[in-house]
Amino acid sequence: MFNRKTATSSMISFESVTKTYPGPSRSAADVVAVRDTSFTVDTGTITVLAGSSGCGKTTLLRMVNRMVAPTSGRVLINGDDIAHMNPVQLRRKIGYVMQHAGLLPHKTVAENIAVVPRLNGASRTEAKRSVDRMLDMVELPADMADRYPAELSGGQAQRVGVARALADEPRILLMDEPFGAVDPLVRTGLQQQLVDIQHELGTTMLFVTHDMSEALRLGHQIILLAEQGRIMQQDSPTKLVEQPANAFVEDFLGLNAVDKTLRTRTTEDGRTMIVDAHGRPAGFLEQA
Amino acid sequence: MNWVTNNLETIISALGWHVALSVPAIVAALLCSIPLGWLAHRLPRYSGPIITGSGLLFAIPSLPLLIVLPVLTGAGMRDGSNVVIALTLYGIALLVRSVADGFNSISSETRLAATALGYSGFRRFLTVELPLAAPIILTGLRVVTASTIALCTVGAVLGIPSLGTLFTDGFQRQILAEIMTGIILTLGLAGICDALLVVLGKLLMPWQKQVA
Ligand SMILES: Nc1ncnc2c1ncn2[C@@H]1O[C@H](COP(=O)(O)OP(=O)(O)OP(=O)(O)O)[C@@H](O)[C@H]1O
Ligand SMILES: [Mg+2]
Repeated sequence: MFNRKTATSSMISFESVTKTYPGPSRSAADVVAVRDTSFTVDTGTITVLAGSSGCGKTTLLRMVNRMVAPTSGRVLINGDDIAHMNPVQLRRKIGYVMQHAGLLPHKTVAENIAVVPRLNGASRTEAKRSVDRMLDMVELPADMADRYPAELSGGQAQRVGVARALADEPRILLMDEPFGAVDPLVRTGLQQQLVDIQHELGTTMLFVTHDMSEALRLGHQIILLAEQGRIMQQDSPTKLVEQPANAFVEDFLGLNAVDKTLRTRTTEDGRTMIVDAHGRPAGFLEQA
Repeated sequence: MNWVTNNLETIISALGWHVALSVPAIVAALLCSIPLGWLAHRLPRYSGPIITGSGLLFAIPSLPLLIVLPVLTGAGMRDGSNVVIALTLYGIALLVRSVADGFNSISSETRLAATALGYSGFRRFLTVELPLAAPIILTGLRVVTASTIALCTVGAVLGIPSLGTLFTDGFQRQILAEIMTGIILTLGLAGICDALLVVLGKLLMPWQKQVA
């Protein structure tokens, strides 16, 4: 559908998109979720949308697969306005990972992963091959294929969610706080896997999070949003940290927090440990 | 016991009729309730009228219904179709709410996932919504099955054959064994059908670890 090469290197462009939802009651004012937001996502890169709750991240993400229609403005994929594409066909070409994996409870792990290849017309054997390959890629044991989602841990379900989204090798992957519900250790593992997968497949990814350390770890480009999808800064992780554009960005990075001051302490084995204001270890100091 | 061995043919014929009248009614009630219940789920504004309206069908007294139906359909007074239609209506009365509850029980997260994956229209209904609503529909279907098998006996009063014939006949001729046979077989048939539904549910819904 949109794998043909175009002159531009941007895969997804948001052109002054606005989304208003009808208010909760007839007399209530409309809710403006996103107002006049524009940005682009480069082909083969990870763009992270970060920002506090309710700033319109999910709304922007869902505009890409037409689960949300912009009230005004356009979303282009490879230069083509997606408003003219068949939404069902479009969704079958775009991977989508939800916050709690969103696995279909009545289908096994294998059946869940096979959904999109099957919808796109793959035979059972072809789909089976995709399933095996994807399980391997997200490092899940092959014998997990016949389990039902209710029999998985949160982290395993999340891996299956990623595997399912990537099973038909989409050019675009949308992820909405995919690792929010798993513990920090598993999260770090999943993030690393995602970076590896992106490297291997060259997928263009749009990733939503409100965890700044996750954003800094994953993003080639980070877009920091304030309420109504207002872009506060759009930069590489390094630029964002080294040159925060304003106080909002500094606050979000936690640079101004009172208890962010770090101290050093010498441990019994003679190493220098860094501790935060509460005495919690933050790491060890090493001479560069 | 003697009566039973001497009248095996009568008993088997009554049982056969009973199955032949109640099973089609149960299936027809299910087939009619699925679209009605789905509509009640899709159109929240009309869900009250649809569910209450169909539920009121159950308030129609059975004997008058069995007398009026042949007038409407043109079938004979003793035609089995009267019983099948009446039982179907009662089945619908009990089942529409379960079907609507079943569809309503699907989490919005699952719906969103199905949309995002690229399911469309009928395929999504058949392969995502219906299976996920099925456990609750099955609970309703078990009630309908028991109630249909019990109600089916009423036809006997008008001379439509079923296990009920064994009560009416046994009552008229004062044969206790015949009455008892009718009662035991009706209960037994209901029990067996319920067990079959439970097994079927386990086979068709393997993701449901505890089908009660
Ligand atoms: N279907 C809807 N109807 C009405 N208002 C909505 C709807 N979806 C979102 N909103 C509103 O739009 C705004 C943006 O919502 P959105 O879900 O995009 O935020 P978000 O950045 O993803 O937040 P979070 O981090 O909490 O997921 C919020 O104020 C929300 O209440
Ligand atoms: Mg969100």
